[in-house]
Amino acid sequence: MAAAGAAATHLEVARGKRAALFFAAVAIVLGLPLWWKTTETYRASLPYSQISGLNALQLRLMVPVTVVFTRESVPLDDQEKLPFTVVHEREIPLKYKMKIKCRFQKAYRRALDHEEEALSSGSVQEAEAMLDEPQEQAEGSLTVYVISEHSSLLPQDMMSYIGPKRTAVVRGIMHREAFNIIGRRIVQVAQAMSLTEDVLAAALADHLPEDKWSAEKRRPLKSSLGYEITFSLLNPDPKSHDVYWDIEGAVRRYVQPFLNALGAAGNFSVDSQILYYAMLGVNPRFDSASSSYYLDMHSLPHVINPVESRLGSSAASLYPVLNFLLYVPELAHSPLYIQDKDGAPVATNAFHSPRWGGIMVYNVDSKTYNASVLPVRVEVDMVRVMEVFLAQLRLLFGIAQPQLPPKCLLSGPTSEGLMTWELDRLLWARSVENLATATTTLTSLAQLLGKISNIVIKDDVASEVYKAVAAVQKSAEELASGHLASAFVASQEAVTSSELAFFDPSLLHLLYFPDDQKFAIYIPLFLPMAVPILLSLVKIFLETRKSWRKPEKTD
Amino acid sequence: MAAAMPLALLVLLLLGPGGWCLAEPPRDSLREELVITPLPSGDVAATFQFRTRWDSELQREGVSHYRLFPKALGQLISKYSLRELHLSFTQGFWRTRYWGPPFLQAPSVWINLGRSSVMSSQGSSAPLSTSSTPPTQSLPLPPSNPWVWPMTLTTTFCAMLCCRGRWSAPKTSPPGRSSCPVVPRASLISFHLLQAGLSVLLKADRLFHTSYHSQAVHIRPVCRNARCTSISWELRQTLSVVFDAFITGQGKKDWSLFRMFSRTLTEPCPLASESRVYVDITTYNQDNETLEVHPPPTTTYQDVILGTRKTYAIYDLLDTAMINNSRNLNIQLKWKRPPENEAPPVPFLHAQRYVSGYGLQKGELSTLLYNTHPYRAFPVLLLDTVPWYLRLYVHTLTITSKGKENKPSYIHYQPAQDRLQPHLLEMLIQLPANSVTKVSIQFERALLKWTEYTPDPNHGFYVSPSVLSALVPSMVAAKPVDWEESPLFNSLFPVSDGSNYFVRLYTEPLLVNLPTPDFSMPYNVICLTCTVVAVCYGSFYNLLTRTFHIEEPRTGGLAKRLANLIRRARGVPPL
Repeated sequence: MAAAGAAATHLEVARGKRAALFFAAVAIVLGLPLWWKTTETYRASLPYSQISGLNALQLRLMVPVTVVFTRESVPLDDQEKLPFTVVHEREIPLKYKMKIKCRFQKAYRRALDHEEEALSSGSVQEAEAMLDEPQEQAEGSLTVYVISEHSSLLPQDMMSYIGPKRTAVVRGIMHREAFNIIGRRIVQVAQAMSLTEDVLAAALADHLPEDKWSAEKRRPLKSSLGYEITFSLLNPDPKSHDVYWDIEGAVRRYVQPFLNALGAAGNFSVDSQILYYAMLGVNPRFDSASSSYYLDMHSLPHVINPVESRLGSSAASLYPVLNFLLYVPELAHSPLYIQDKDGAPVATNAFHSPRWGGIMVYNVDSKTYNASVLPVRVEVDMVRVMEVFLAQLRLLFGIAQPQLPPKCLLSGPTSEGLMTWELDRLLWARSVENLATATTTLTSLAQLLGKISNIVIKDDVASEVYKAVAAVQKSAEELASGHLASAFVASQEAVTSSELAFFDPSLLHLLYFPDDQKFAIYIPLFLPMAVPILLSLVKIFLETRKSWRKPEKTD
Repeated sequence: MAAAMPLALLVLLLLGPGGWCLAEPPRDSLREELVITPLPSGDVAATFQFRTRWDSELQREGVSHYRLFPKALGQLISKYSLRELHLSFTQGFWRTRYWGPPFLQAPSVWINLGRSSVMSSQGSSAPLSTSSTPPTQSLPLPPSNPWVWPMTLTTTFCAMLCCRGRWSAPKTSPPGRSSCPVVPRASLISFHLLQAGLSVLLKADRLFHTSYHSQAVHIRPVCRNARCTSISWELRQTLSVVFDAFITGQGKKDWSLFRMFSRTLTEPCPLASESRVYVDITTYNQDNETLEVHPPPTTTYQDVILGTRKTYAIYDLLDTAMINNSRNLNIQLKWKRPPENEAPPVPFLHAQRYVSGYGLQKGELSTLLYNTHPYRAFPVLLLDTVPWYLRLYVHTLTITSKGKENKPSYIHYQPAQDRLQPHLLEMLIQLPANSVTKVSIQFERALLKWTEYTPDPNHGFYVSPSVLSALVPSMVAAKPVDWEESPLFNSLFPVSDGSNYFVRLYTEPLLVNLPTPDFSMPYNVICLTCTVVAVCYGSFYNLLTRTFHIEEPRTGGLAKRLANLIRRARGVPPL
């Protein structure tokens, strides 16, 4: 009876043990994965390693330079060696995580017959006109003509000349080291025409540490797919001034050619408006000696804010807006002049605000008040106005005067107001800026997503990230192989895709539950279930260990 | 309806006006006008209108140089190829029953885009031309992003427009135009900066101390000539306010500009080609001795406005003599004999709307349409947009007048799609003379997803007002006038024939309570479920894993042990 009872008890204990083990197995094999799966957030995989690789990206900006030697430019035995290619590489020292290297790949060759003919003509302009036609140069490339030392193409005291297109002329030399000397001159000229440190520094101004590059460098507008240019005529006193401006004609004549030349850098739209009763925010100071009014230099920042609200936001697009304001001061405050730091009136009577636009004060000629009754009809001299606004526009786009090597002649301004190599220089700078922006965006996105583990990453966000990474890489490759146009397009794509990914609304969905709330919800279920399972597992474990030791002892 | 916009902070809106008064033929012109109407109830209504007309085909020429016409609005029109844009923000409710029909009534927020009709200068509505695009049934929204629209409007008007779902357009339109989606709730913070002419009177703290305040922007194309070969764009910015006479006037019904606006008129706007103040001096009992306006008007204007003959005193600010005398113009009206408290004339058409029913499941929307004309019946076009979360049952639609069923001559119903599109119900109902017509339809309240509730769901959800459009028979025959010459308030809905006039009314917006869940419910449910599961699991687990021992029956119990203790103490052998 007792033995039967013990056997039954033993059976019962073994069955209980099995049941407990089975419970634990079900909970672990089925329950945990199920819970994990159902509460998981969807996170598409991202190329984290590639993104961190972008930070250490080495940008090689290759500028293909074709160097054409005319007959008497270098000694004859040197000419025998032509054609060949020299690469001049130099690191641009910027405190930026990307290493930027600038490579001038100089392909030396002899001049063709028509080039010889053109370069033997009387003046540089004629030579250019003759050289221009058959050639269609790729964006970013340069052609340098080396002419004989005593050629009369350039004035005698000038060593080099930079043309309006992608060409330059350098004086040759009859010397044993002719190629070295000329090579240095060519690099100087090519640098002035393409990439210099300060151009890149201005482009990367947002990404560089503050101290080195002052606010002055931050003048250019940030790179964007397009820009809106708004001209506003501010007439605070329509009772006395009836202002008329031929903005349509001025835009057609002066602004549009410039923007057409700049077309590769983005889409532009131009519009204009007239605002009445729009006041400046500052009361000008009266100067009794000259009986005129003055705006101090330090008060200029306060001028913009009150006007800004009247300018109206652009309803039609999301591109950055450049504002150019022409302010006709009210009768009580005219004439009005802007004073610089030293107290002297500014010659143009205009000032600009970095990344915002420019303001010009247009004083009505005091003679017009004498004869007629109010309101006086005022015809704005658009040539004077547009000169100032176009200069400001160039500054705002970061088209600065190049640092010319000594004894270098710069060609006169073109009808568009923009030289082709200036556009190239802008594109180089913008490509680098775009790459830097895209890289920063991608890096911070990757950091954010890595840090907050329960953000949902949808497939389309991931695909934008992949696209952006690919575009950055493609752009870097194109830059390294000297294809500026495609590199710029790729860099724009990179920025667009990376911003799309970064600002995707799906990243902000309501899935951020704090940990304490999660515990509050899980504990009523997990605690009562887990405690018996764990306790029985511990008990089984202890018992089996005991039962293993026992046989050992008996042995 | 003041409750309908608790958040609304309405400030003046007048987008940057520019001007062009010069020797060349002006391509755009500005007319401004103020109409002051003493209302039958004793309140005073003031309606400002600023009308900019620009002889430019915005959409065809790719115009980008703006003068008087505000740039932001022009860009909206040309970018999205809009045909028309109407936007209004209103606080308060126009009481048609007591105040008479309004010149232009607007619900709290009302946006209307794109119908392909052009008001010709003769006053009738004419389609643009057959070569132009067909009438837009769907709105010209950018297809990818339906939010762009409210967003751009939001930035332009500094308003917050909450818009759910796609917008839809009614199939027919009342003469001229038709309204589209009504967004019953919005907040508006906007600005105004014009310092001459009539707009000196626009002082925000006065204008918001009023019983009714409505500002609107209407943009539409108008024909430049009779054959409509070219069009101009017209921008009307209107502001209507109703001053409570008993607050501003210390119990008297006399008023003056200074008392109402705390400003007087000082100078005409140098940009405006017309700048006038009209004061309604019609007396109801045909006796000219009851009221007096000061300064005495130089001219008066008589016309049939909204079916009744009215007389207006005209003050033309461009007339130099008007202001030069005292450097300011403060128009005053004094009642010589206080008008008897006679019942004000009831307008021929007015309406009322309410929700009935109890509980949170079902309800009924009822609209009462009053035709008080003694002998004429007229048709009314009733347009209802009901949000999808009120599920309408069209078979319960009943229309009764004078106790008999009234069959509408036309019904267009477009059912709602959940979260996409509201119900759209459009009916043409004949209102018998001297009758009340009740239109009722039952609905069921839908359950929203818990993230779709507003932050204050117990406040209720707004249902936009119904829109009534009707040609109401006129008491006095009106003669068609030249549209460009007549005052602005008269030209909004031009008279097509003299015997009746066009009226559009809005009923009250409704506030409907939806079944609101307890928002902590998900947590409670989870906790309760977890506890139940845990309890079941515990007993199940116990049952399966517990081992049962067969206990040897222990002999004796506590009594025996006690007995043994005692026995041991006594030295007796235990049991």
